[in-house]
Amino acid sequence: MIEGANWRRWIYFRLPMAIFLIFLLFPFYWMIITTFRPDGELYRPWRAANYTPFWTWNPTTAHLKYLFGETTFMIWMWNTMFIAVVSTAISLVCGVLAGYALSRLSFRFAGTLGTMIFITYLVPQTLLFIPLSEIIRNYQIGDTPWSLILTYPTFLIPFCTWLMMGYFKAIPKELEECARIDGASRWQAMLYIIIPVAVPGILSAMIFAFTLSWNEFIYALVFLSSPEQKTVPVGVVSELIRGDVFFWGPLMAGALLGSIPVAIAYSFFVEQYVSGLTGSVKG
Amino acid sequence: MAMTAGTRADDGEIIAKPRWRPLENEANLALLLLLPTLVLLGLFIAYPFVRGILLSVTNSRVGVPGSFVGLDNFARLAVDPIFHAVVYNTFLYTIVTTIFKLVLGLWLALLLNRNFKFKAFTRAFILLPFIVPTVLACFAWKWMFDPTFSVINWILYKLGVITSAINWLGDGDLAMLSIIIVNIWRGVPFFAISLMAGLQTISPDLHEAAAIDGAKPFQRFIYITWPLLLPVTMVVVLFSVIQTFADFQIVFVLTGGGPANATHLFATYAYQLGVGTGLLSQGAAVSLAMFPILFLIVIFQLIYIRRVETR
Repeated sequence: MIEGANWRRWIYFRLPMAIFLIFLLFPFYWMIITTFRPDGELYRPWRAANYTPFWTWNPTTAHLKYLFGETTFMIWMWNTMFIAVVSTAISLVCGVLAGYALSRLSFRFAGTLGTMIFITYLVPQTLLFIPLSEIIRNYQIGDTPWSLILTYPTFLIPFCTWLMMGYFKAIPKELEECARIDGASRWQAMLYIIIPVAVPGILSAMIFAFTLSWNEFIYALVFLSSPEQKTVPVGVVSELIRGDVFFWGPLMAGALLGSIPVAIAYSFFVEQYVSGLTGSVKG
Repeated sequence: MAMTAGTRADDGEIIAKPRWRPLENEANLALLLLLPTLVLLGLFIAYPFVRGILLSVTNSRVGVPGSFVGLDNFARLAVDPIFHAVVYNTFLYTIVTTIFKLVLGLWLALLLNRNFKFKAFTRAFILLPFIVPTVLACFAWKWMFDPTFSVINWILYKLGVITSAINWLGDGDLAMLSIIIVNIWRGVPFFAISLMAGLQTISPDLHEAAAIDGAKPFQRFIYITWPLLLPVTMVVVLFSVIQTFADFQIVFVLTGGGPANATHLFATYAYQLGVGTGLLSQGAAVSLAMFPILFLIVIFQLIYIRRVETR
């Protein structure tokens, strides 16, 4: 599709693409380089003559050692992983069942319920975090992983439901009818015929829900207080900043390592992630 | 639908015996399947919403239940200069970032829609800003904006654009510019990938036919691509507007609402009041103040989706 002379290709395609890529990816490069840069180079003003921003000749693992030795980073990683996996599992089960009911069964209020779930899909976490923090305290689950495992599904389930409705709608009715004629109950037809066909959709919902719960911040910030309960984003904020002092080396190391699990999960399921992303906006 | 199961009696006669199978009733099955979802959403969305409204008409603080004060909290917001700044900031932030995300996202989508080497690879990398935890990525930005050690200043200085340091997060207008840049950075991949999916549904035949009729690339974009892409664009924009309007993480990490409240948004101000100073009811009131605007956007979106679906 790229036609014309070489210089046109540069002006219309390569140059803008390169600028986009630099803009979008430079912060990650900066994270990596800061992680391995010794403090002496790190705290050298940008005006200094020997400021070498894009490379370091003396890579160090001191920041990583600090992160693992002086903070409970591994515990935060484990907490984040546990919370993300359990809340994703809960949301998938609920979302698949609800999506099936709303798209393939006819009953009163089906349309109303579908609209209500769509509206909750659009409720941002920042709207309800204050009353929720009260409720969490009243239920006695504040400062435990359960405060997040039970609240994350509020934004994951609507998403999963919405995505699964789209997938289920695309499966022909005849498939189910055949199973029913062969003697399967409605429940069996759903479980053994329709849900297996929708596995690509379930994978999309799974990878998307996992990244959303891994990245969630404000609930974790408000509901958790003790250092050994925290998730990675909250732990990094509260333990690597003391007053106005930022421990930039360990901070960047934590940011880098905290991003890696979700980047790995994403790299395995790029196609599913993209179809989830586009499916969620198309509805 | 009544179901019967045949059982063979001893004398060889088939007797139809009705069995009680409640899940064969569609309404019963639907209720069962929806139950876990409705319970969780009821407990952690509907109930908190009601509690939030009740909280906003009291004067409760952390540890103090408080008493009914009517609309005092909202009346106080109406004359609160910080809240006025919050409303202004939030609208500015949402409008400016959305325009840039749409224009840059569409441009990037058009670039990605061509055939080139490493296309799948590039597409995967482009989504990274949207995938990684926003808070963690924002620390990288905060470090890049640091007044003394800013690499951005170094680059601009070496390019000859500036002669003295830019204090990115220390000045009100520049801090707003900084959070806008970071929001655009995070949002462009979402726009680009979603719009690219929309572009791929447009048949190349249309473009070929128009090209044969003598339409220039720009004309083809205006008369073919844009109208066909509009439904997807609308949904993406409305999604993004809701998320941006209620944004918290970028401001929380980069500026904390400062300097001098120049970058406070609804969510960060609600957090500062409700969690920072423990004025639960006032914080809840600030959060709820977002609701009418979000509600209007959602209604608009629902109507739009209906219209597109029934067309």
